[in-house]
Amino acid sequence: MKCRLTHMLVAGMFVFSSLAFAQDAPKGELDVLREEIRIMRAEYEARIADLEARLDAAEAAAAGSENREAASIQSPQTVSVARDSSFNPAIGVTFQGQAWSYDNDPEDYYIPGFPLGGEAGPAPEGLSLAETEITMSANVDDKFTAMLNVPIVIEDGEVAVELEEAWVETLSLPGGLAIRMGRFFADIGYLNDKHFHSWDFADQPLAYQVFLGNSYIDDGLQFRWLAPTDFYLEFSAEVLRGDRYPAGGAANSGIGSKTLSLKTGGDVGFSHSWQFGLSWLGADAEQRESGSEDDPLLFTGQTDLFIADFVWKWAPNGNSRQENFKFQAEYLWRNEDGAYTLPGDRENPWDYDQSGWYALAVYQPFPRWRFGARIDHLSGDTPDNSWIDTPLYPIGDDPVRYSVMVDWSNSEFSRFRFQYNHDKASIETDKQFGLQYVFSIGAHGAHSF
Amino acid sequence: MKKIRISILFLIVFLPLNAGAELRVFTCEPEWLALAEEIGQGRVKATSATHALQDPHYVEARPSLISRVRKADLVVCSGAQLEIGWLPMLLSKANNPGVLPGKDGFLEASSVVTRLGVPDTVDRAQGDMHPQGNPHIQMNPHNIALVARALGERMALLDPDNAAEYDRGTDEFLERWADAIAGWEKRAHSLAGKRVVCHHKSWLYLEDWLQLEEVATLEPVPGIPPTASHLSSLLNLLGADGSGADAIIRAPFQSAKASEWLESRAGIPAVVLPLTVGGSEAATDLFSLFEDILDRLLEVTGGTGS
Repeated sequence: MKCRLTHMLVAGMFVFSSLAFAQDAPKGELDVLREEIRIMRAEYEARIADLEARLDAAEAAAAGSENREAASIQSPQTVSVARDSSFNPAIGVTFQGQAWSYDNDPEDYYIPGFPLGGEAGPAPEGLSLAETEITMSANVDDKFTAMLNVPIVIEDGEVAVELEEAWVETLSLPGGLAIRMGRFFADIGYLNDKHFHSWDFADQPLAYQVFLGNSYIDDGLQFRWLAPTDFYLEFSAEVLRGDRYPAGGAANSGIGSKTLSLKTGGDVGFSHSWQFGLSWLGADAEQRESGSEDDPLLFTGQTDLFIADFVWKWAPNGNSRQENFKFQAEYLWRNEDGAYTLPGDRENPWDYDQSGWYALAVYQPFPRWRFGARIDHLSGDTPDNSWIDTPLYPIGDDPVRYSVMVDWSNSEFSRFRFQYNHDKASIETDKQFGLQYVFSIGAHGAHSF
Repeated sequence: MKKIRISILFLIVFLPLNAGAELRVFTCEPEWLALAEEIGQGRVKATSATHALQDPHYVEARPSLISRVRKADLVVCSGAQLEIGWLPMLLSKANNPGVLPGKDGFLEASSVVTRLGVPDTVDRAQGDMHPQGNPHIQMNPHNIALVARALGERMALLDPDNAAEYDRGTDEFLERWADAIAGWEKRAHSLAGKRVVCHHKSWLYLEDWLQLEEVATLEPVPGIPPTASHLSSLLNLLGADGSGADAIIRAPFQSAKASEWLESRAGIPAVVLPLTVGGSEAATDLFSLFEDILDRLLEVTGGTGS
């Protein structure tokens, strides 16, 4: 300690005197002085660091011997000279690939009466890479935390970087409040804010593909309030730009959509837990595209989407690692009131209701293996005859799809999946076989319920 | 007017739940709940996220846990990434700034003890690694004493009106605890040097305390369930005559299959040890937890036990 003080004093005096005479000193001398100061500073910094490290080691050894573990391995001591990398965010990468086989050409896939939105649609036939997600997250300071999620995707053979999530969130608001701002998955339904890698099936339910374009992501503000009740009760409200399906065109001067949601849930004994949610999405759309990418439908008007979701999970004694079962179902209902511009620039007013539901069950009888089944169903008003021969006119029975899957996970970080879809939603029944892998390295954030 | 009525309704519905002078403690594991109750006596209202028959590494961030963290004054967890799969989610969803890591309302128990098993290199090829060391610190009663001191101080800090009571509670507990440790260490004398096979590296601190020697684990690498090929290589290593080790240890929530298979082939007795309070019928508090562990270990290794 004495040594450190003396060094600091000497250095301080040196700096002071050099500053005092700096004005008069010729330029060359000044540079020499600067260099000397730099060397001295480096020297005493190194010595201080060394001393502190020794002090830390001595303290740790003393503490260790007190509880009879002096000989055992110590926790890593922090290096006293901070390096830039010590504040690096938690970084993770998820690798995902797939192989699909179809009876019908997936490029022509469409569901009569229910045009797909956003990024929805079957994966490419044959071998392909699904999105490669890069995530980074860290606390900004004592009041904010931030998260970035950048999937790298391949679109028509071209590598493209997308921005899926880029948000900051408050950490220190009182009363159970939190505000998130930036780009995020809207807090509606159960599946909407789940990442691709945490889905139980390789694709989203048809209702999500049609009504939300797989998942509704947008830019804006999210307010969440968790009630101080004994049971779980959370409210959230969002205002969003409205630039992405099912909104579009950033209508309303750039506040094109709003959401409200309520979630509740609890446990039944040690082995059962459940969650139930209700949510609403109101979106204004201006020239919103859906359906075929080459010849899209354009919708201008108001979309109201209501979602009810329910999840029930069972694991003996709450030990999901050995054995667990999950049942999940959601019902989505929407009204769209506005007008579609049909190919050939024909505008046709539209005010109809459509709905869809899915139910799935996943069972893990023993570690590593999971088996799942899912049913999808869509239905809706039949529009008037002016819609015949357009993609918005349903043909035949209500669209349904049956899926089964089995997946195998070597660890929490690696998974292979086989999936079969018996898809009767398109015009001709399609038998779809898929293989998928999901691997993650680096930091892996905890999953929500 | 309507707005006012609604807010009054809100107050009526939600205020009573916030009332009450108790210190609300949320613990990740039952041992810290037991410890908080020993120190706080009637002044704390403690709940644990997990129970003794649950593996605290694999728990879902359930809605009920989120609402419990929301209302907690103090969160006590083992830490060292034991709860990495769910605690961060609970903390981020609970919107409770007082219990975030770094605040007085968050106590990471493993941060006040000397952690064992800190790896030199961290690579997931070696299994589910804990870069900050083995998190199962509660298995050495000396660690419990260190955590008790830290926990008592936190409770006094968060509930200053009762600070003297928490200090007294801590001192009284530590006095009884020191006596108990002395008794256990006397009883456990014959266990020193015994060789054990463990299902998972849950017992590192127990081994360190009792000077047991861990000769193998049933998991090929931490977090990967036992495989047939690994078990048969263990059988080769240990031999079939029962001389390879003195006991095969597992926690109540770990599958019995692997240890029973090895028990029948290698002739080494398998034993279930409570990993925390409530892990066996006898382990009803921290004292009986260690009492029961010693009873079971001494019985299976043929020690006298008294």
